Amino acid sequence: MSIASDPMTGIPAAEVEDVELYHPHSWITKYVFSQDAKVIGIQYSLTATAIGLVALVLSWLMRLQLGFPGVFDFITPAEYYQFITMHGMIMVVYLLTALFLGGFGNYLIPLMVGARDMVFPYANMLSYWIYLLAVLILAASFFAPGGPTGAGWTLYPPQSILTGTPGGQDWGILLMLSSLMLFIIGFTMGGLNYVVTVLQARTRGMTLMRMPLTVWSIFTATVMALLAFPALFVSCVMLMLDRLLGTSFFMPALVEMGQRLNHEGGSPLLFQHLFWFFGHPEVYIVALPAFGIVSDLISTHARRNIFGYRQMVWAIIIIGALSFVVWAHHMYVSGMNPYFGFFFATTTLIIAVPTAIKVYNWLLTLWRGDIHLTIPMLFALAFIVTFVNGGLTGLFLGNVVVDVPLSDTMFVVAHFHMVMGVAPIFVIFGAIYHWYPKITGRMLNEAMGRFHFWVSFLGAYLIFFPMHYIGLLGVPRRYHEIGEAAFVPASAHDLNAFITVMALIVGFAQMVFLFNLAWSLRHGREAGPNPWNATTLEWQTPETPPGHGNWGKAMPVVYRWAYDYSVPGAARDFIPQNEPPRGPAG
Amino acid sequence: MNAIILYLAVVGCIAGWWLSRQRLMSKPWLEVGVPAEVTRGEVPGVPPVKLGLWVFMAVVGALITLFISAYLMRMHMADDWRSIPTPSMLWFNTGLLMLSSFSLYRAELDARIGWREGIAVGLAAGGLSALAFLAGQYLAWQQVMAEGFGVATNPSSSFFYLITAVHGLHLIGGLIVLGRTAYRTARGSPLAQLRLSTELCATYWHFLLLVWFALFALLLHG
Repeated sequence: MSIASDPMTGIPAAEVEDVELYHPHSWITKYVFSQDAKVIGIQYSLTATAIGLVALVLSWLMRLQLGFPGVFDFITPAEYYQFITMHGMIMVVYLLTALFLGGFGNYLIPLMVGARDMVFPYANMLSYWIYLLAVLILAASFFAPGGPTGAGWTLYPPQSILTGTPGGQDWGILLMLSSLMLFIIGFTMGGLNYVVTVLQARTRGMTLMRMPLTVWSIFTATVMALLAFPALFVSCVMLMLDRLLGTSFFMPALVEMGQRLNHEGGSPLLFQHLFWFFGHPEVYIVALPAFGIVSDLISTHARRNIFGYRQMVWAIIIIGALSFVVWAHHMYVSGMNPYFGFFFATTTLIIAVPTAIKVYNWLLTLWRGDIHLTIPMLFALAFIVTFVNGGLTGLFLGNVVVDVPLSDTMFVVAHFHMVMGVAPIFVIFGAIYHWYPKITGRMLNEAMGRFHFWVSFLGAYLIFFPMHYIGLLGVPRRYHEIGEAAFVPASAHDLNAFITVMALIVGFAQMVFLFNLAWSLRHGREAGPNPWNATTLEWQTPETPPGHGNWGKAMPVVYRWAYDYSVPGAARDFIPQNEPPRGPAG
Repeated sequence: MNAIILYLAVVGCIAGWWLSRQRLMSKPWLEVGVPAEVTRGEVPGVPPVKLGLWVFMAVVGALITLFISAYLMRMHMADDWRSIPTPSMLWFNTGLLMLSSFSLYRAELDARIGWREGIAVGLAAGGLSALAFLAGQYLAWQQVMAEGFGVATNPSSSFFYLITAVHGLHLIGGLIVLGRTAYRTARGSPLAQLRLSTELCATYWHFLLLVWFALFALLLHG
């Protein structure tokens, strides 16, 4: 069986007889050191989920401390900072980015564009193993002398490498920086695959404007990540040199515990610029795949073509471009020229325009649709509501005068958890309920799924709405214990306790979800090849789960776009992309 | 951050030009059937590995430009910057890297006409002069060190060691691939394969030469 095209020559498959799709010869090369994008996607997903669970437990520990200060004596201030740092970094980079791009990207891109595999399968395999190494190094910092770094997920110098910060003069910060650098190297290998596969390995008839929005969004997010992650890499290298060799890239002249340090003249602001040059695109690196996936979920489960497909594609591209010129809105409190503040506030508001277009298009897709309230659809709807909520508070924080008083309060924590945590996670859940039948051949249990959805959805609001409120009261973030303060009423403490209880309940619902994933693998209802009656190519594979090489002997040919739902006059309410047109032409 | 913004603007223009040719104004919901002009992919005739190299170079370009941005910002953010004496060795090294790049260009030309000995000589000359460049960079480090500028002496010297090391590491990566191509040449691999491999090596070398020009100019500026 020939591969889609020879990566060396680009000659279409039929003309190349000597190049074969890589075939595994043993259990090890099939499931462990696999070069099959589907297996790599599952490996990425399982690893990301495993380390994500660690971050979830850390959030419980933080909440226990905040909700019931003084009760859990084993959580010291230093440990609290370590929990914050590791929770944030794991969730943003090692879970969300890895799951969306490494997990869904690997599994879905070749299937959705009609390729047999990624174009560089060996580099793809390396990408996963380097990611795993990065995760292991990060996890190892829990057991290193001094524990993991407690510098906050932004790792701002000078504090991140000073004695007072947990892990600052021990192993913690070094392991974190090494792990991030490895993650970036691994991601680059995977990212090259995703981009070139989308550009060069699409099947016959799959024009760019026929690609599902899931592919468009993962493609754009990957391009962004390839250009943004180098900024984090540069920050990591230079911070590591400041810490190990005593350079002064970021470290100003300092006196620490009465001792004058050797650093001089370095600029912490330089680090912030570099970090946020990566950090803000990172928000959209996570959000764009969520946008794309949710578009496909809504269209499929509302049995309607996506409204404004072209606008959706343009909006993805425009958001991707604009996200590179908003980074300094994370630095209003660091001090900057007021004209810069004005510029970044303006670009921040402008990026809301294409984002709002997407929200309107989702709503108009639902309008008069044949809405099936399946679990993927429920999560998709929950995403829209949550994203709009988080987006609105983003408009508050994008303005300098509003951001300055709110920046160090729980309001910011609530805002970014809504927009960047809960909203994308809802899409991940929706996507898992949607594609699990294709990946395993079985449906997830419906009752457990609905329980998981309602507890997670309502719980998320019961956690984060009160958090906005206590933030508006002025309750600061990053504090191990708020203590007695005149501006913090007793009710804020009660709310904190309430939030903690809700966080534990929502956490329990996630255990039910994980149990469902395992239980349904064996006991779930047989799914069949296309249980949602979807149009996109991944549902049209000859085998479910798709076999090695995806398509059997004949590659699919694409005749139409990805959203032919409820077409007037059609026999069924969906027409697969690979179904030939009727009539003489067909 | 001006340098990286400028760089991204250039990348954005290239992406925009490419996107403008992708029929983004088409109405896919009205177009049923296999478009006549479309066979596979949208960049016809470009092997995936070649496109992969260009994407990789764009990523490395972003990385290097970010170092340049950091260099320029750090230079002006405090008044502690002291210029390091530019080691004379760097001029000689620049010549070596140009020679290396030219040798690979010759190898690429020889591959096009199918002259295997020419390919082998070009690859060997390119590889050896690149190794000589790396050795020369090490000597330049020693020259700077002898002038009293250690890694942490001044941000200017910190950056000097850092950016030359980053450039050198990318060249070492290239040498590994070059070695593989030379091995294939010696083994008598098919000419089509050699042609592509040599072309890719040459492209990467020209890119690293351009990067070095930019970094050298930066060092002279600082």
